[in-house]
Amino acid sequence: MAYVAQKENFPGKVFEVTFGTDTKAVFGGQNALPFYAFEGSIPNRPLIAYEIQDITPDDWPEAVSSVYKDVSHDPVAWARFSQDELKAKAIALRLIGTHPDREDRTPAEAAKAVRDVLAVIKVPLIILGSNSIEKDGPVLIAAAEAASGRNCIIGKAQEANYKTIAAAAMANNHKLIAMSELDVNLAKQLNILISQMGLDKERIITDPMCSALGYGIEYTYSVSERIRLAALAQSDPAMQQPMLGDAGMHAWKVKESSAPESDIPAWGPEKERGIAWEAVTAGAVLLAGADILIMRHPEAVSSVEKFIDELMQDGGR
Amino acid sequence: MLIIGEKLSVISKRVREAVQKRDKAPIQEIAVSQWKAGAGMIDANIGPADENGEDLMQWVVSTIQEVVPLPVCLDTTNAKAIEAGIKVHNGEWGRPLINSTSNDPERFPMLELAAKYKVPVIGLTIGKGGLPADAEERTVLAAEIMGRAMEYGLPLEDLYLDPLVLQIASMQDHALHVIKAVRMFQELNDPAMKTIVGLSNISNGCPRNVRPVINKNFLMLLAYEGLTAAIADPAEVMKTIKTIDVITGRTLYAHSYLEM
Repeated sequence: MAYVAQKENFPGKVFEVTFGTDTKAVFGGQNALPFYAFEGSIPNRPLIAYEIQDITPDDWPEAVSSVYKDVSHDPVAWARFSQDELKAKAIALRLIGTHPDREDRTPAEAAKAVRDVLAVIKVPLIILGSNSIEKDGPVLIAAAEAASGRNCIIGKAQEANYKTIAAAAMANNHKLIAMSELDVNLAKQLNILISQMGLDKERIITDPMCSALGYGIEYTYSVSERIRLAALAQSDPAMQQPMLGDAGMHAWKVKESSAPESDIPAWGPEKERGIAWEAVTAGAVLLAGADILIMRHPEAVSSVEKFIDELMQDGGR
Repeated sequence: MLIIGEKLSVISKRVREAVQKRDKAPIQEIAVSQWKAGAGMIDANIGPADENGEDLMQWVVSTIQEVVPLPVCLDTTNAKAIEAGIKVHNGEWGRPLINSTSNDPERFPMLELAAKYKVPVIGLTIGKGGLPADAEERTVLAAEIMGRAMEYGLPLEDLYLDPLVLQIASMQDHALHVIKAVRMFQELNDPAMKTIVGLSNISNGCPRNVRPVINKNFLMLLAYEGLTAAIADPAEVMKTIKTIDVITGRTLYAHSYLEM
């Protein structure tokens, strides 16, 4: 008798999120485990957004900062480059310059950066704070207002500051990233709290917190898997949100992606290594369930796009 | 677990008067509050309804479904009234449930109706000969009802076996018999038979402040044995249900799980 593969069908599905106005992007919407299209329907492929910043990055390794050396002094030029040259399907503007330990830029300056970037791009925009609990509130309020009507994703709202950021998302009709720190129960709790404020649960994106290969990615992997199983197997409305993988930031922060070959000859050329580190980190979080990634190096993005192509071939069957 | 709201019963004076006067407002208010509290179905207990049973059941079903998007559990001993209720029942939110057949020949017409209209039915494990003594007697009665269901052509997944909850204040032993019966009923078929109880009968005759405590704790034990559905007061038991779901891993824990 011919072998018949066991198939599992799930009652629940991941909410579908669309953002942007001119050119829209959409992700989520599946009722199957990542790339398991043979068990259900996966209407959208995972989306990759290119990261840009409001100030010249001083902590990106040469391998990745060199790609943007002509544009990274100006978020507008950088956004154009990402959209026009790199063919980004979405852009993630990280307002890192607002962090008190960086340039401590004001919310008004952040809002200007958002307005300027939005003026030159057609692809959808993700607006990220600097991950400062205190500063992200006022910064994202100003940024959300500046982006009003453009149907962006803003974030990240965390347990300690979600009220202001969720209110900013609601008031200006944006989607919201809710981030918790590698804890499935707190991820659910945060989504419940945000929904209770009145933000539609289908406008939330869950960030279970990414981590780099070799630096706890197995925690991200396992929390993401549990979130996804709660969405699919238990139809848990506080867990059916699509998931974000902020992969580039984490991958390019670790020694393995930045240490020069001259320091550790056995590790080989750092450029190749860094790109591989970002691609493998991103690939792993995709397999764990991420629906939208934020990445940095165009070659890492191409590898991951190819990886997605192969896994989605024939609709993933 | 499916909770079938028990509050629309002619045992209640308010409901009885509303039914007599065909006053929709109290009926709808009770139905809506049970739906909001988490009921997945509304029990419509119109009593024996020997006179005008058909009109009455149709009026109650329509009155409920005007305001609540849920199926109705048709609760009366009058088979004609049940049939009339099925005919007007809006199936958009699920099929009605017949309450109930048993091993008493007088209740066989309920099973016939279930088979004829392809709607599920509750099979109360009681016969002509008085109360079942223990879990084993309940299981024998369950098997007889199942056999008859198959004769009538009713699929076994449309039969909810009810072990007959009795009052703890006067028949304490039966609480354990009922729990055991819920376990045994499921073993009568693969996939497991569905089970249901009329929960608050356990605390009938107990002081008012004691009743919810007994109901909720009894439900917890029954749920652990795999109970499918309970006719109960959703406002009273939903927190217990949510907690059972968390403890048994059917729902992921979050601090606000009770508010979901």
